[in-house]
Amino acid sequence: MFSDYTLRTITLGTAILGAVTGMLGSFAVLRKQSLLGDAISHAALPGIAIAFLLTGAKDSNTLLFGALISGLIGTFWIRGIITKTHLKSDTALGLILSLFFGFGMLLLTFIQKQPNANQAGLDKYLFGQAATLVESDVWMMAIVTGICLCVLLLFWKEFKILLFDKDYAKTLGFNTKTIDILITSFIVLAIVLGLQTVGVVLMSAMLLAPAAAARQWTNSLAKMVFLAALFGAFSGVFGTAISASKNNIPTGPVIVIIAAVFVFVSFVFSPSRGLLFKQIRFIKNRRDLQLHKTLAFMYGIAETHANISHPHEIKILNNFQGFTKSSLNKLVEKNYVTLEGSTWSLTQEGFDSAANLYNQNTKQNE
Amino acid sequence: MSSAQIEIQIIASLVAIACAIPGTFLVLRKMAMISDAISHSILPGIVIGFFITHDLSSPLLILLATVTGVITVVLVEYIQKTGLVKEDTAIGLVFPVLFSLGVIMIARNADDVHLDVDAVLLGELAFAPFDRLVVSGVDLGPKSMWIIGVILLVTLVLLYVFFKELKLSTFDKGLAASLGFSPVIIHYGLMTVSSVTTVGAFDAVGAILVVALMIAPAAAAYLLTKDLKKMLILSVLFGVFSAIVGYWFAHWIDASIAGSITTVLGLLFLAVYLFAPSKGVIAVLYREKQQRTEVSLLTFLLHLKNHDEVSERHVNHLNEHINWQKVRSKTVLDLALKNNMIAIDNQIVSLTPKGEEFTSLAIDYIITNEDAQIEDMKADFFLFRG
Repeated sequence: MFSDYTLRTITLGTAILGAVTGMLGSFAVLRKQSLLGDAISHAALPGIAIAFLLTGAKDSNTLLFGALISGLIGTFWIRGIITKTHLKSDTALGLILSLFFGFGMLLLTFIQKQPNANQAGLDKYLFGQAATLVESDVWMMAIVTGICLCVLLLFWKEFKILLFDKDYAKTLGFNTKTIDILITSFIVLAIVLGLQTVGVVLMSAMLLAPAAAARQWTNSLAKMVFLAALFGAFSGVFGTAISASKNNIPTGPVIVIIAAVFVFVSFVFSPSRGLLFKQIRFIKNRRDLQLHKTLAFMYGIAETHANISHPHEIKILNNFQGFTKSSLNKLVEKNYVTLEGSTWSLTQEGFDSAANLYNQNTKQNE
Repeated sequence: MSSAQIEIQIIASLVAIACAIPGTFLVLRKMAMISDAISHSILPGIVIGFFITHDLSSPLLILLATVTGVITVVLVEYIQKTGLVKEDTAIGLVFPVLFSLGVIMIARNADDVHLDVDAVLLGELAFAPFDRLVVSGVDLGPKSMWIIGVILLVTLVLLYVFFKELKLSTFDKGLAASLGFSPVIIHYGLMTVSSVTTVGAFDAVGAILVVALMIAPAAAAYLLTKDLKKMLILSVLFGVFSAIVGYWFAHWIDASIAGSITTVLGLLFLAVYLFAPSKGVIAVLYREKQQRTEVSLLTFLLHLKNHDEVSERHVNHLNEHINWQKVRSKTVLDLALKNNMIAIDNQIVSLTPKGEEFTSLAIDYIITNEDAQIEDMKADFFLFRG
């Protein structure tokens, strides 16, 4: 259904798009501006419609320029609402998102009713159509990505310090406002770039998902940006491949689903933050605690006897909560306890370790 | 006006009222973006419901979509609770995925499903009067009017019954919990009402307009009042006003009614945002300028009090020593003169008794770290503000 060449163009386009949105998305996520992407992508819609109304052009560069302008207006209005009134950021985002989008829809329906207009192509910006990517679009993306990369490398230090300690950056004499505007503008640029491919509605996921996935694997900003770009690019490639191999599957949603799979896998399997390993660590800690409780209980009994290794019935452990068969076996493994028939006795090693445990506990309690 | 036109306006107004009520609480609880998330993520529920019933206004479809909306909220909260990402990221991750699932389901079954994603997101109010509710041969009016009417009625009853609980848990969660009102139940109750309203309204006006109708009137009202009841009434009025004006605007330029209502809402909010008496941008900017001048005035008066030498009290000194621009020093001098704080004799400035008193009080407050008191004091001393 696709000729090889078209497919290659589209795949390259979505891969580049995924990389650049992942890269800049990292900053959005870390700056707690995750939903800004959603608001901006919706706010870009009237820009597309106005650009079309003014120029009558249908080439994507003109329309995307309009989108960029209205996206920026939306962004700065959001900032104005947050800083100048007592409305909170969520209200500001929701307002701009819905109001701009509604206005955009009004313009789109208005354009559709125009008798002479050749308006058929505008709908694609709503949900995106990767299939409409042509070579010049991909070049455009590549150039913008290149610029983004250069700016990112050039201002890396400034971006990083703004991200993690804004006040410190200010005291060092950096112009935080300019840096802030610079990075926000690039986020807007990345979003606008993706409108044609994945559309207004799903663009925010392209921005967030790779970054949220990358965040789980590392605590270093450089690694996170790199990983996010990688995840984004892979989502683009896999998404395009899947939607090309089957009939009737739109590309944008598939890319979003693939990116979500990356997020899911990262959430569950990341070694340091992932849910799976967190649960394993939790269970291990609980076992250790039980072990210590049992040992402390045994110590309490052994203390009252002249011979610390005097055997006791296992049964007496039963009405004590921390006791399980496996925890007893573990104590045996550690050479703290010896079992003989239905009795247990503390070894010297176990007694010492328990005494130590007890000391530590009392010390901490004091 | 034809009867269809009247019906459209009634439906739009009903939707506006039904949205404004939960919207007010969402805005106050800083959860406005949840409504956006719900409006997108109900899509898979709608699609599955449509597969089963082939009717966009069947109760089963509404139920399924509402459940999807509540699932969204639960999922978002679960992801937040893991602490892996921030709250807003959790919202931004969940709804595009659910929305994508919905779009893919529609695309895969395009042949047997006559359901358009555009229709879900944007709705078409103009067609609403054609889908009539006919019971045993009697035409009772448009179906969507009944749906949204019932939802509105339920919302109003819930609002009336639980007003106290809602108010308390919105403004003081801790107190509400300690008095025995479960914040969880109220939270999910509100979320369910929001979901039901979104679902009930999308058929007529589309999901995006629902978001606009929930947030914009409430936000505009919030800029005008601090009283919850007044805020509710104002947002309902704003909603209905936009719905009716928006309808006629759409009628005039022949474009989407939902888009037009949103545009009117946008203009309305813009007007309030700019011109609201004390919270609007112009008022805020004016107040900031006033405060800057008044702070300068205070600095100037303190300077006068600290210096008895003539050289330090010369008018020109303001420009040189305190390093103010000419315009600004003139503004400050004029203000001080108008308020009888200073007397200028042969270009030498000196404090009047009133100025002395004001400055001493101000110093006391500054030393005891009660700077805020100075604001109240200004009202007693100033005849003219900065």
